[in-house]
Amino acid sequence: MADFLSVERLSKEFSAHGRIACKDISFAVGQKEFVALVGPSGCGKSTLLHITAGLSTPTSGAVRLRGERVTAPRPEMMYVFQQYTKSIFPWKTVLDNVCLGIKYRARRSRSEKETAARAQLEAVGLAAYAHYYPYQLSGGMQQRVAIARALVRRPEILLMDEPFSALDAMMRVELQDLLLALWQELGLTIVFVTHDLDEALYLAQRVVLLSASPGSVAEVLEVPLPYPRHQVETRRQSIYLELRAHLYRRLVQQVMGARSEAA
Amino acid sequence: MIARITRWLATSRGSGVILIVLLLGLWQFSALYIMDTPTWPPVTRILAAWYDNIADGTLLRHLLATFWRQMLGYFLAVALGIGLGVAIGYYRILYNLLEPLIEIFRPIPGPAYLPVLVLFVGIGHEMKVVLIMVASLFPILLNTYGGVRSIDPVQLDTARTLGLTTWQTLREVVLPAASPQILTGMRISLAISLILAILSEMIVSNDGLGYFTLLAERTFKVPDMYAGIFTLALFGYLLNRLFLIGESRLIRWHQESSGRR
Repeated sequence: MADFLSVERLSKEFSAHGRIACKDISFAVGQKEFVALVGPSGCGKSTLLHITAGLSTPTSGAVRLRGERVTAPRPEMMYVFQQYTKSIFPWKTVLDNVCLGIKYRARRSRSEKETAARAQLEAVGLAAYAHYYPYQLSGGMQQRVAIARALVRRPEILLMDEPFSALDAMMRVELQDLLLALWQELGLTIVFVTHDLDEALYLAQRVVLLSASPGSVAEVLEVPLPYPRHQVETRRQSIYLELRAHLYRRLVQQVMGARSEAA
Repeated sequence: MIARITRWLATSRGSGVILIVLLLGLWQFSALYIMDTPTWPPVTRILAAWYDNIADGTLLRHLLATFWRQMLGYFLAVALGIGLGVAIGYYRILYNLLEPLIEIFRPIPGPAYLPVLVLFVGIGHEMKVVLIMVASLFPILLNTYGGVRSIDPVQLDTARTLGLTTWQTLREVVLPAASPQILTGMRISLAISLILAILSEMIVSNDGLGYFTLLAERTFKVPDMYAGIFTLALFGYLLNRLFLIGESRLIRWHQESSGRR
């Protein structure tokens, strides 16, 4: 199980300014697992996810999917960007954006593809907005389009880079629950980057805490809370509160440690 | 009353039309009663000459000649400018190779190519088309590669995660993303192409509106000359209008999302 998706001794150095973003990071994600990556800002979470997706290359180390090295974006893995306003193409309608996910796949007719896209829009609650343009939608709806476009490709893994950080609180809560429902229904594996400890604990089965820059794994935390989770009930359980306090202390340690080192 | 007039001036564009009518009236009055010279004919005489030249088909013939060579040169520039511009904007190697060269050629005013072209291509139709093309090329080329280069990396990464090939990425992402800037270049070049068409016709030609207008002046048919200029004004206005209509259809998403409408 641990061999499904693994990050092995991964380091990334930006040659342009000699900054080390990630240093010797290793962790594994099991199939159908929901893992959250948290860490202080600038610790290289996004860089790590970018490399995992095959969008950029590590300086050393490797990402393996079922033992096979990932060097370019793979159809089994879909990336959901934080910047949905850019990732959703403003010149395409909602339906065309989702269709683009499978437009160039062979062996299916155009109408089959459109049916699949419409079904996916239905699943994220946007059935009525197929012919809208992104600028006519709210931020939460735009990110739903991005999720629908990723899911229409039937990926096994979703790599999500702070997908809800630009949304207001109510939208974020809604999308968190939608994501959990989709995760359970479709048997997805999700790696979710966030800087929000509450979000990480609420969503994930496991939380990987990265240390401050250069990021490396500081701690891996199991979250033994049952699903389905509940926005109010789950968040006031004692396990949740203890984990939250622990994570918070560890995160502060990371930030303070990095500061005193820099000073 | 004054408040109502002020509001009308602020909300309606009717005042602009009234100003044009007033100026034409002033022209008519001054030509009839103040400056009685053949170089300043009254508007009514110009309109009569205009009507005569339309009725016997002269103006249409010259207009079509101008339009044809302008469009030929313009669309060659559009094809070349977008094709080359996308390649230069997309591939950094080409940008590094060609950008300095383009920067050297860019400041040369279009008409300066004329003597060289006369030497190499002669004084015929081809010379004019090539001149129009060369002068129209740069705004399209520069705006295209500028637009392509400023595409957000997230959009290109999105294309990669969707498994699009280079051609599919160009079609689905690069061209549409750069289209607002490409269209800006195309609009600038549309005006330039008309200028160069008229200029080349004034220098060496036997048809076209530039030829018609200059010939009228040289043969002292001053009302015909003004009729030629009026035709050009109207023609240029219509071309720009048509362009704007086409543009707002193509990039409505851009104009609405950036609040330009």
